[in-house]
Amino acid sequence: MAEPEQTAPAAKDDLRARQANGVWSRLRESDLGYSFVRHPSAIFAAALLGLIALSALLAPWITPQNPYDLAALELWNSEIPPIWDERGQLPYLLGTDVQGRDMLSAILYGSRISLIIGFASVILALSVGLTLGLIAGYFGGWIDNVIMRIGDILLSMPFILIAILISAMATASLPPSLKSALAAPILIFAIAVPSWVQYARTVRASTMVERRKEYVQAARLIRVKSWRIMLQHILPNTLTPIMVAATLNFGLAILSEATLSFLGVGMPSDQPSLGTLIRFGNEYLFSGLWWIVVFPAVQLCLIVVSVNMIGDWLRDALNPKLQ
Amino acid sequence: MNRTDAILEAVALERRFDVSAPWLNRVIERKPRQTLRAVDGVDFQIRRGQTLAIVGESGCGKSTIAKLVTGLYEPSGGAIQFHGDPNRMQMIFQDPYASLNPRWRVGRIIAEPLRTLRPETSAVDLGARVDELLRTVGLSPSDASKYPHAFSGGQRQRISIARALAGDPEFLVCDEPTSALDVSVQAQVLNLMKQLQRDFGLTYLFISHDLSVVRHMADEIAVMYLGRIVEIQPKADLFERPLHPYTRMLLETIPDLKVPNRDRKPMGGEVPSPIAPPKGCSFHPRCPLAFDRCMSERPVRNADVHQGRVACFAAEETRK
Repeated sequence: MAEPEQTAPAAKDDLRARQANGVWSRLRESDLGYSFVRHPSAIFAAALLGLIALSALLAPWITPQNPYDLAALELWNSEIPPIWDERGQLPYLLGTDVQGRDMLSAILYGSRISLIIGFASVILALSVGLTLGLIAGYFGGWIDNVIMRIGDILLSMPFILIAILISAMATASLPPSLKSALAAPILIFAIAVPSWVQYARTVRASTMVERRKEYVQAARLIRVKSWRIMLQHILPNTLTPIMVAATLNFGLAILSEATLSFLGVGMPSDQPSLGTLIRFGNEYLFSGLWWIVVFPAVQLCLIVVSVNMIGDWLRDALNPKLQ
Repeated sequence: MNRTDAILEAVALERRFDVSAPWLNRVIERKPRQTLRAVDGVDFQIRRGQTLAIVGESGCGKSTIAKLVTGLYEPSGGAIQFHGDPNRMQMIFQDPYASLNPRWRVGRIIAEPLRTLRPETSAVDLGARVDELLRTVGLSPSDASKYPHAFSGGQRQRISIARALAGDPEFLVCDEPTSALDVSVQAQVLNLMKQLQRDFGLTYLFISHDLSVVRHMADEIAVMYLGRIVEIQPKADLFERPLHPYTRMLLETIPDLKVPNRDRKPMGGEVPSPIAPPKGCSFHPRCPLAFDRCMSERPVRNADVHQGRVACFAAEETRK
């Protein structure tokens, strides 16, 4: 049979050569990789976030002190200013707080808690939102109504109010012995509850578009199970807007955690997150001990700004209208 | 037609869609419920190994019939009897850009029916079968590892055909399989489909709006207008001796290579809304032969008139 529509042999060889290369070169040649290397702000943000995440993860091995170990703290080392001040001393690069805790160590340990809580709450909200959004969009009808009206109710209240309510209620109803151990899971839950709605709405909208497409009908025709169609056919085709939302919400979740901790319903003082550190430091701001509050705040800003920069780049890179 | 060799029969087939405004609007604006009769009492049979084509303008309900036949829609009335293995009915879709999942490799797309219908097939057999199918439709086995975006419209339609063949079908529903393709590619795909019909003894229900495509493919042609079959004839008879005035209008619109500048009558009027079809014969507002009876009474196909091939009062006047 005549084949004028076949790919030319040269193009085919080229394709094979490209497939033979490793994951890295495939990534670099993908549209996203192409856009990434052309956006200095994205590279900068990714490098900054990578550095912060790495230092936070490696905190127990690179910090001069374990800030949670009260026995390691010496009161005579308290209130030392940063190293560039004439009263500063090693190894306290960013100074110490009123209990003699090294600020750099506290910030790295705190970043670790903040990043983990932010990440885990996004993952939790994503899994709930994706599942409910897929079900609502695919089946429609009363089940769609129930899911989306619950979402509407959650969205009609301020985000932070719901999180405070959940966090405060959970903390109040727990025995004191469990409070500290469960503080992080409670926070993750409290942040995830109001934020799954956004994912559910996005996924529901794309699902309603995708389920009418012919490839879904072709699968229904041979009686592929509904859950299979949802997971294997529809879900991969709805992920693009979700990736952007999840990235931007990661920044938001870290901020929410900091807000809750700052208000005193978040992480307790024995496992301080960045928000908790800022709350403590806030009390000493006017006694001249500015470094106790400024350094955690700067770290929080750096994290959130770099996450948002990556999110903005992703949004533009994945938007076909801007290419 | 002998009843026993029919592989598919549609009897008084009906499909209505509720197109009412939302409940609140209906209450406030006092609007009644509205239904759209997409398919309104349709009878036809398809014989094993043959091709029945359904032609008509867009919105006449031909794609709805395709979806009713394949079970994607439930009929609101009447019935479809399929005298074959329901697992061996497949469909080729209109839009080759929407009918292949863009995130799946071609090999996985083609293997899906096999994997679903015969889960016991081993991975090696699956791969071999995919290679064979790709060759059958004129593509190369190395194409299995590519994504659909690497292919042209005609190649994608070949992939759709390979996928449809994977389940070893006996009956294929083709919903405008070439209307999204360039004319030069159309012919290739149609020839491939004819060849496959010969090789595998397939039966086709072929939906199209293009009479010249239908002329190439069909054994029998049903002309639809506003949810009803107004005429159904073997291909040669329909082109030689169209009975319904609508069919004649459709035939007028086909360009003729031998007489390119013949005086063609443009088709007058628009298809009326299927929500509020005209009383009587739904074609009467556009019909040059319409008389009083057409405006009040609805013509049906009647075995006494032209062997039940046409639903038209004007054609009855010239009955043979």
